[in-house]
Amino acid sequence: MVVLTAVATIGGLTFLLATLLILAERRLHVEEDPRIDAVEEMLPHANCGACGYPGCRPFAQALVEGAVAPGKCSVSSIEGLEEIAAYLGIAVGEQTRIVARLACAGGSNVARSRARYQGAPSCLAASQVAGGGKSCAWGCLGFGDCERVCTFSAIAMNSHDLPVVNSAACTGCGDCVDICPKDLFSLHGEDHRLWVACKNLERGDAVLAACEVACTACERCVQDAPGGLISMRDNLPVIDYNRAHETRVPIARCPTGAILWIDDADTVVHGPASKRPVRHSALPRAPS
Amino acid sequence: MLSVLRHQPGFAHGVHPPEAKEDTRDLRIKQFPFAPVMIVPLLQHTGRPALPVVREAQEVMRGQLLAEPDGDMSVAMHAPATGVIQRIALAPGVSGRMAPAIFLQPFPGSSQEVAEGIPCELHSATPEEILQAIQNAGIVGLGGAAFPTHVKLRVPADRTIDTLIVNGVECEPYLTTDHRVMVEQQGDIFTGIRYLLKATGAGRAMIAVEGNKREVANSLAAALPADLPASVHVVPVKYPQGAEKMLIRALLDREVPSGGLPSDVDVVTVNVATCAEIGRLLPHGRGIQERVITIGGPGIRKKGNYRIPIGTPLRFALEYASMDERVSRVFLGGPMMGQALSSLDIPITKGTSGFIAFTETRTAARHEFPCIHCAYCVDACPLFLNPSQLGQLAKAGQYERMADEYHLLDCFECGSCSYVCPAHIPLVQRFRAAKAQIRKRRAAS
Repeated sequence: MVVLTAVATIGGLTFLLATLLILAERRLHVEEDPRIDAVEEMLPHANCGACGYPGCRPFAQALVEGAVAPGKCSVSSIEGLEEIAAYLGIAVGEQTRIVARLACAGGSNVARSRARYQGAPSCLAASQVAGGGKSCAWGCLGFGDCERVCTFSAIAMNSHDLPVVNSAACTGCGDCVDICPKDLFSLHGEDHRLWVACKNLERGDAVLAACEVACTACERCVQDAPGGLISMRDNLPVIDYNRAHETRVPIARCPTGAILWIDDADTVVHGPASKRPVRHSALPRAPS
Repeated sequence: MLSVLRHQPGFAHGVHPPEAKEDTRDLRIKQFPFAPVMIVPLLQHTGRPALPVVREAQEVMRGQLLAEPDGDMSVAMHAPATGVIQRIALAPGVSGRMAPAIFLQPFPGSSQEVAEGIPCELHSATPEEILQAIQNAGIVGLGGAAFPTHVKLRVPADRTIDTLIVNGVECEPYLTTDHRVMVEQQGDIFTGIRYLLKATGAGRAMIAVEGNKREVANSLAAALPADLPASVHVVPVKYPQGAEKMLIRALLDREVPSGGLPSDVDVVTVNVATCAEIGRLLPHGRGIQERVITIGGPGIRKKGNYRIPIGTPLRFALEYASMDERVSRVFLGGPMMGQALSSLDIPITKGTSGFIAFTETRTAARHEFPCIHCAYCVDACPLFLNPSQLGQLAKAGQYERMADEYHLLDCFECGSCSYVCPAHIPLVQRFRAAKAQIRKRRAAS
């Protein structure tokens, strides 16, 4: 008898609640464009935010509403974008591949440190202790905060403790830009191949004591560059990417290779005049 | 017997590090020689850099104006020696960043007379004129924070100040500059108090001295002029008793609200050395071009208290004080709140209260273990924050939560939590990193 009562009560309750749920589903139903689900399915699910939207679903919503072109997604392959464009019946739009570029080339084999840092192995923490101990106050500290923060494994520390960006994997999400305490990363179109890999604001050969590949502000690149492409600001060359910048001329006479060319396969090309040392071991500490 | 049970002024929590002051506290302040080249950074304070008013190759007199304040959050800079301006260029700073500085080469044969300016007369000057004179004299908090003093003294329109606290606690181990100033410059301190009382409108002044300097407190109390509404108070020996909020709690039992300033509880606090400089400089209209520092630590042979020209390169100071060749670590400031240095080419600035040098054995790196939630740090934090939780969040990179939910920005980095942590977790370093990242993100957005 007790068992029957229990079964009846629970059964009745189940029926009642199920009815309520069905009614609620009918009444509170939100009409949503089914294409949003379909488009989201076609997107790469990276949720990186490089498109300017908080994630892939809001971006899919914007695509369906026609607020943005599929080309804004820098992660997806071109085939994926064409599939979305065909599905929605819109143009792909120009896909601007944005990648992170590092404005430092001072690995431990060419740049000296002047103090031995002891503490948490993180660039952010080290930069709080007298700047981290590198001789160049602007240079990469090499503890790899950027490598750890990168969701796409697009950054790897090389054997000289310098991060190397894999452009193919980089989505331009900007996490490395945020985390680097020396502000060495910035986001650039992949076609920005002419690049200044230095942030040292000092001039003259004295900077070479701290880093052998630093910019000495000799201004040869400024003289060689076609009409106004490069100008000097605070002892560093600044490339005007709004002009035609597909030229390797400015790197030719750079004495340190601070201005360089990044080709398709992320290979760094230095000018023939650059005296870049071939050294595999780290430099000794600078005399204090 | 009953006096033991009587209420003791003080604050809860805090730590008791070794004081290590016995080496230098009885040594008289000595004048430091001029370095071959002085480096005067344009930004030695919190705020905006000063604007240079001299050019390269110009000859300047000791005490002459080198740079004028750029706006209200800025102070003047004065020539530390008679000499010639070599160049205005980038020079390394304490933070490791390069910043513009004036390089000055003193004349070896000069008599080094100090230039006189327009005096700020105590009796005729208005409060605003006194604040202006303090800004033009380039005075900042000499205790270490280097916050422009005239900004600190400016009373908000909706408040009145009833008490001026002159902070002579100096709870940081090794440092004895405030101690010596209180012994040797009592007249300057009292003159400074008169200026400060007039500038803030406070009715009384309280000079706070820590219990380990009781004889200094007694001599100050005996020397107090009868017409000065000031009193001397001995506070218990505990770190960080010298912090503004702790001191106000100990002396007046008032609590400065989270994110607030002492003026919210009608108080202004000024470091005793700052007060003495005001009393020393304003009657002559001079600017600050030297300060008292302690040079100490196991790595220094000629330990002492020195009146050192602003801009003296650290390397010159260390060589003069006969540094042990085994020195491996140099800290600007004391061991608790001081900053480890990566370069000896930085200059002594207005905020430098001393530096200490250690040999290898004293500074061996300690292995960091995981947090065991013992809560020693919670018991040590004078602000009742939760350093353990903050440390875990910092490790996880959740900086916004640290600021929004756990009051990270109230932390003034006294180092008590790191000092007691049995797992050797560098808590304060993590908090500094978190704060830097929060500042960067807020500036970017």
